[in-house]
Amino acid sequence: MERETGAREGLKGWLNPGKIGKFGIERLAWLLMRLTGLGLLAYFIGHIYETSHILDGKAVWDKSLEMTQTTEGHLFLALVIGMCVFHTGNGIRLMIAQMGYGIGKTERPDYPYKPQSINMKGKACIYATLGMAALAMWYGMAVMFA
Amino acid sequence: MATIHPKLSEELSQTVVSSTKSVKLKIKRSNPNVNSEQKFDDFVVPIEKWTTVLDALLDVKSHLDHSVGVRYSCRQASCGSCGMKINGKPALACFTKISELNSDSITVEPMDNYPVVRDLAVNMDRMISNHKKVMPYVIREDSEIDAESGIREFLQSPENVDKYIQFSSCIKCGLCNSACPTMAMDKTFVGPQALAQAYRYIADSRDKGKNKRLKVIDESHGIWRCHFAGSCSQVCPKGVDPAMGIQLLRGYLLGIRD
Repeated sequence: MERETGAREGLKGWLNPGKIGKFGIERLAWLLMRLTGLGLLAYFIGHIYETSHILDGKAVWDKSLEMTQTTEGHLFLALVIGMCVFHTGNGIRLMIAQMGYGIGKTERPDYPYKPQSINMKGKACIYATLGMAALAMWYGMAVMFA
Repeated sequence: MATIHPKLSEELSQTVVSSTKSVKLKIKRSNPNVNSEQKFDDFVVPIEKWTTVLDALLDVKSHLDHSVGVRYSCRQASCGSCGMKINGKPALACFTKISELNSDSITVEPMDNYPVVRDLAVNMDRMISNHKKVMPYVIREDSEIDAESGIREFLQSPENVDKYIQFSSCIKCGLCNSACPTMAMDKTFVGPQALAQAYRYIADSRDKGKNKRLKVIDESHGIWRCHFAGSCSQVCPKGVDPAMGIQLLRGYLLGIRD
């Protein structure tokens, strides 16, 4: 039987930092979109579990809230804020691009071929989203650690 | 007796035939039909400023190791045969000059996301079958050959042609599928090459097969698996920009485009 090696890269194709260096900020945005999506899903499940403690009475509820009042809890919540802002901002960018806006216009390609869909507008949006996420995390931490 | 013109003789005597520069070519070797061993073999090859990676590989095959497995044909970025990973990025070996890589060590590996046949040659059956799946030809009921008036033409304006012409430059080299992160995880994803070709024919004003093609790509491992990482467009050697084609194709499914 013919063996198939190298048929798929698997997770290495996602997580390899060398790929981000070679394929640029769009690839980083793609990776962060996936990771923040998974992170927010995990947070959502955890959040449902945590808030379900309210059914066990005030004492249990207060105790579960205490978990978020620690330094680690604050850092975790700041991370959630960052994930949320990035996922939302980048999601809006993707929705606009996927509707065909901001990706350039079809034309006869001339050498040296520059892909129009990978343009400065898109890059600027990614940097702005990263900046907003960092700003939101900083503000969240300023409030929580005040 | 034939004599060489003095000027030509002078030019010939001044022609430099030996190279002063060399690079180390690291070639990934494997033969899955024999065993699962994978290793890198190093070769030092002389280069000139015009030497391409394919030239260097053929130099290795001619003088150092005849057994290196590499697929190539036209040597001018037209056939799409010599796709491989060069210093970690998918590229055509014949279209990549070593002097432009700015490195003394060049690593060449088979393309990711394809089964390896041997060394640098990969099996492209899956890409070709996905390409066929999107029906890469003009579909319509009538014909250019008319019984009454003979041969006629399906006319197009330059604007009509501009809508799809860049996507018709695809040489099926498969670099886009190799760079795509979704292809890395999803073995049934149709891939940027086939999706861009679906757009190429749907956007063609002569074609009437839009609904048939949209039905093929509108499935769970079809167009919706693309998340616009853009890596396909960055490696395309012909300026096809598959990422743009895929986003425009979505417009038909979302009802934004007719």
